[in-house]
Amino acid sequence: MNLHQPNPPHQVAGAVPGEQPETIAPAYQVAPAIVVTNLSKNFGPIQAVRQVSFQVPAGSIFGLLGPNGSGKSTTIRMLCGLMRPSSGSGQVLGLDIVTQAEAIKASIGYMSQKFNLYEDLTVVENLYFFGSIYGLRGAALSRRCRELYERMQLEGCEKQRVGTLSGGWKQRVALACAFIHLPRLLVLDEPTAGVDPVSRRLFWNLLEGLAAEGITILLTTHYMDEAERCHVIALMDRGRLHAFGPPARLMAAAGLPTLEDIFIEMAGKGED
Amino acid sequence: MITFQHILSHLQGVITTNGQRLLAIIRKEFIHIRRDPPSLVMVFIMPVLMLLLFGYAVNTDVNHIPLAVYDQDGSQASRSLVASLVNTGYFDLVFQAGSEEEIKSLLDSGRARAGLIIPPGYSRDLKRQATATAQLLVDGSDPLVARTALSMAELVSQAQSRELRLAVLSSQGTALPPGPAIDLRARAWYNPGLESLKFNIPGLIGLIMQNITMMLTAFALVRERERGTLEQLMVTPIRGAELMLGKLIPYIVVAFIDMGLALGIGTLWFKVPIAGSAMLLLALTVLFLVFALGLGIFFSTIARTQLQAMQMTMLFILPSVLLSGFIFPRSSMPRPIQYLGNLLPLTYFLDILRGIMLKGTGINYLWQDVQALAGFGAAVIALAALRFRKRVD
Repeated sequence: MNLHQPNPPHQVAGAVPGEQPETIAPAYQVAPAIVVTNLSKNFGPIQAVRQVSFQVPAGSIFGLLGPNGSGKSTTIRMLCGLMRPSSGSGQVLGLDIVTQAEAIKASIGYMSQKFNLYEDLTVVENLYFFGSIYGLRGAALSRRCRELYERMQLEGCEKQRVGTLSGGWKQRVALACAFIHLPRLLVLDEPTAGVDPVSRRLFWNLLEGLAAEGITILLTTHYMDEAERCHVIALMDRGRLHAFGPPARLMAAAGLPTLEDIFIEMAGKGED
Repeated sequence: MITFQHILSHLQGVITTNGQRLLAIIRKEFIHIRRDPPSLVMVFIMPVLMLLLFGYAVNTDVNHIPLAVYDQDGSQASRSLVASLVNTGYFDLVFQAGSEEEIKSLLDSGRARAGLIIPPGYSRDLKRQATATAQLLVDGSDPLVARTALSMAELVSQAQSRELRLAVLSSQGTALPPGPAIDLRARAWYNPGLESLKFNIPGLIGLIMQNITMMLTAFALVRERERGTLEQLMVTPIRGAELMLGKLIPYIVVAFIDMGLALGIGTLWFKVPIAGSAMLLLALTVLFLVFALGLGIFFSTIARTQLQAMQMTMLFILPSVLLSGFIFPRSSMPRPIQYLGNLLPLTYFLDILRGIMLKGTGINYLWQDVQALAGFGAAVIALAALRFRKRVD
């Protein structure tokens, strides 16, 4: 796999995410980025995820929503190969989440909650570290870093220690680290929690740019405005998949004007 | 379903390393070390401070025992007895008591550890009967002090008796053949002065190095776990062995410098020479450091918090002090306890340290220790790499 090529073969400028652009290479057109079938995870007697099934088309921004403890993080962790499902199956980028977990780890980019970077290292040092871990080296690595400074709008703070940066900057450094090896899938666990609105908008613009290039993005969020910008969302509650589809279609089907109304209705149902 | 294939592939994942990733981790760890000057200062000051402190405190040589004397005779003979006791260097005359009660209270309060009572007719009895009685009271609560006091007093009184007997005999016109009947020429090798410092310093170096280096790495993984970076690493192609070795190697360098410092203090300040090959000592030290650092990493794969990691290292320190032969000779321990001591790598390292520093032992006598250390080191690192899972469930 050529990691250093700045323009991946499946990149289509101006492609409409969520739909299937004609120019996409057949392999990506056929295979969805994520396929999950009857996925379940138990922690002892607690059923954290119950019989969840969905498919995420390549090149879309997929938002996983739900209250705390609804099973979002557990689902993400199973998809990243951090947890083994109790039952059910799943494929990420065509790789099996149980038997090919390590191959998945090498081909996706992951950003855990609270942007877990090395705070005593500078931006460059963090990028170089993660780049080397993913097998980049030498001139290709420094070229890739320069691309990312520009793309993630990190210019001017390359030599600064990450611990001294504000939340929005840290978030973009974390995204740059997760994206350093040009993964076709980015998994972002609450990437915008605790970040100011301006940085949040900037971050979403970056995500939409990536999706337009055919990169699939899986993220969790608690912000409804962000959920509405997703191409596909899944609403989870108590480990179950409550609703799945494009936000507009979900609102139309429920006959409710906003996603927030759906969310509240779902929470209300859970109460009885 | 976990099949044999799964286990094989897991083992392969643990063992195989990628040089580039390993280098990346090593470089990162060095940056962490460099960016944390307070810890770095601690790492280099601790062994120096501890060695100086313990070098003076852990001293099993008993001397300067405070002695109280109640001399009721006040003669030249009684003063000569007291003087010869003090001249041994083991007693300090701290009190001239005026009564037996005073001696008792001095011993009770601990201000004196030994009390000498010389009765009124001491010199008269000596002249008349050529035998006289004096009483030595010893505080037996510390057996080490008491034993030294008793044996020194015994030696002194025997020597004085012999002189007195000879004087009596020669005054009667008889003479004994010169010299003792049995001439046992005892020599203590390796440490002719029988200074406990020479025995203790190599032991201290080993113990202090073990504890400091173990703590260095005990925090290494736990810190990443607490800061959340470990989860980030788990979602990368990193392998267990790469992470373990990558964390270990930078600290081998740090610990080696530490060891140099400790040896420097031992030889230059405490004047304990290295009788054997310094190169051999340093080479075998690396072997021990790898074990201690590996054990730290192993602890940090079990501990969830830095506090737990700290407690685990503490738990390991106590048996190391007691069972390794650091202070208490292993040969006088019951068999089962000796076997327990065999399970501590420090036991073997102390053999090496004392062997090379005091006796100048060569590698041919140390093979067993080397094998044991290498075995423990390999086992502990393998365990750590196996314990490191790239999963969170």
